[in-house]
Amino acid sequence: MQKNTTKKSGIGSVLGGLVRNQIFIPIAALLLLVLFNLIVDPTFFNISVDVNSDGYRILSGPIVTVLNFGSELAILAIGMTLVTAASGGQDISVGATIAIAGSVMLRVLCGTNSRPDTLQAPIIVAFLVGCLAAMLAGAFNGVLVAYFKIQPMVATLILFTAGRSIAAWVNNNELPVISDPKFAYFGGFLPGIPIPTPIFIALGCMIIIALVLRFTTLGLYTQAVGINESSSRLNGLNPAFIKFLTFVILGVCVAVVGLIKVSRISSINYSVVAKDIEMDAILAVALGGNALSGGKFNMWASILGAYVIQFLTTTLYKCNVRSDALPAYKAVVVIILVVISTPAVRTWFSKVGKSLKSKLQTKEVA
Amino acid sequence: MSKNANTNKVRLGDKMKNMTDTNLLLTITIVVFFLMYIGAVVFQGKGFLKPQTFLNILNANAALIIVSCGLSLVMITGGIDISVGGVVALISMCCAVWLDRKGGNVFTAVLIALGIGLLFGIVQGFLVAYLDIQPFIVTLAGMFFARGMTTIVNTNPFNVENEEFGALKAARIIIPGLGSTTKKGIYVNAYIEIGVVVALLVVLVMFCLLRWTKLGRSFYAVGGNQQSALMLGINVRRTKFLSHVLCGLLAGIGGFVYFMHVGSGSPSHASGMEMNAIASSIIGGTMLTGGVGNIIGTFFGVLSLSTIQNIVSSAGLDQAWWTGITIAAMLCLFLVIQSVVMARKKRSGGKK
Repeated sequence: MQKNTTKKSGIGSVLGGLVRNQIFIPIAALLLLVLFNLIVDPTFFNISVDVNSDGYRILSGPIVTVLNFGSELAILAIGMTLVTAASGGQDISVGATIAIAGSVMLRVLCGTNSRPDTLQAPIIVAFLVGCLAAMLAGAFNGVLVAYFKIQPMVATLILFTAGRSIAAWVNNNELPVISDPKFAYFGGFLPGIPIPTPIFIALGCMIIIALVLRFTTLGLYTQAVGINESSSRLNGLNPAFIKFLTFVILGVCVAVVGLIKVSRISSINYSVVAKDIEMDAILAVALGGNALSGGKFNMWASILGAYVIQFLTTTLYKCNVRSDALPAYKAVVVIILVVISTPAVRTWFSKVGKSLKSKLQTKEVA
Repeated sequence: MSKNANTNKVRLGDKMKNMTDTNLLLTITIVVFFLMYIGAVVFQGKGFLKPQTFLNILNANAALIIVSCGLSLVMITGGIDISVGGVVALISMCCAVWLDRKGGNVFTAVLIALGIGLLFGIVQGFLVAYLDIQPFIVTLAGMFFARGMTTIVNTNPFNVENEEFGALKAARIIIPGLGSTTKKGIYVNAYIEIGVVVALLVVLVMFCLLRWTKLGRSFYAVGGNQQSALMLGINVRRTKFLSHVLCGLLAGIGGFVYFMHVGSGSPSHASGMEMNAIASSIIGGTMLTGGVGNIIGTFFGVLSLSTIQNIVSSAGLDQAWWTGITIAAMLCLFLVIQSVVMARKKRSGGKK
């Protein structure tokens, strides 16, 4: 990189630096999507003020939808980035554990009756119990990965299959419905505030993780374990515990998303809630330019990646793509992204770039 | 007394050490299967003693056996393929549309099935082997792609009404001497479906391939240690690529057998099949780390898995969620057993 900073091509080196920066990939993807929407349908960027059923004024429009639903993904991406960095694998059970956490919360709120008129427990208690359940699920994955040394994706495959069954079992396969409007605040709107609450929750999570990364050694240790496990052990770290910890942190993120998810509809559908969200979360991490094989990570690129993914989803919906068919399109995007980020293709790109540069130089000489 | 027991233990330990990893895990699997089946006979009544009960397990799981064989190949080579369930669903949907709506014949339907399977195998194999992308990511994308494509081909589930195919689906091979008399005193022949014959053939061919061909041995070599395989002059990339192609081909065959069993197309077909196939392979003694595994073990893995499902449903725990939970629990158990057995073996080997 030092070699390229010869002053010959000023703009070229600036561009090159930008391209090499990790956050370039999500920004480029975002710009492409914005451009696409501007050309196809500029009304995508309209924000209108509507009145919701409670009589409060709220903002609505595709962009608000992106920010609203992207917030769930951003929260998940925080945990997923840490897990990816530490263990070099991804947790594919997040969708199923969201179902578990949501189901547990509803169970606590409803008590024995599936359609109570009043809440049986304070919402904060329900959230904490749900949090505990999700952390237990995370701890289960963490133990399998860190102490039994099973590949993360295979270890989490267990909960991926069983999770939704467990969620249904927690509530005896009934569908509890919460009638208290207060519970709907977390996924909807606070009275008098026109911005969806999930955005605030996501902001809170980002501030917390920023503080944690700034003032603790979590980020450094996670990267150290991801880059070289045995050398980090020789340096006095406990790699197994750090891996375990990242899975538990992901559990907390999952519980927050679970709260938002069940709050949105004040109920739960075990087989549909957070379906395919694991794919989106992994995609967010990959789009953020983080190596899926672990090591260094950039939290902000992942979070931006999450919003870009939601942007893509909303755009696809706008283009009348059925929700069943969405995975096919996203899979193509994943493959393209991953192929671009492989070393083989990257060296090919840089070769092409160099030959272009030399051609330009010969022209200048002439 | 205690000394005696001690020497016994040592002898058993020695035997374990002398066994190859593959044989050790294979033995565990087969023992577990027979214990489970005997347990089922003892606790769940005589239903499990009828040959037809056993044959029904084969009938229902012929496709799973074929798909699991392919998955075992990939896992022995050190990779994984979780797209197989989606591929099977896509194949049954495409074949159903071809036979029912487009009026195609069965032969071309088989070709379509094999073609789709091969295509998935080739693309995924190329991405994994030649571009060095993690197999899990590639096949996860493959799974979502296949599931999405299934709904793009057709959204609603429907049954196939095609005479030629109906005859094939209804075909039964009667096994003499294993029939049983019903309560009314009528003698019912024991039968298997055509799919079972295909599955058994696949198991046989794959077993021979893995044991006696150069390609089969190089699968083990690559899975065991890529570096040394490379130094032995094995084309590692080509071997990995071929393992994925073979897995795709077997997913194609399995997809058609599955389609022959259910006779309909639906986006929700074969949901969770990749999980069952991986579980069967692991229960059958295939190590996730690669280099260890056996097709016979996989075969018994499928049988164990479906036996436990039968036990669960005949024990009255018929709700849908129990099946998922049992399979997951069993997979977890075997993963932990593998991890512990291997760790202990390594330690005792190291002391020596």
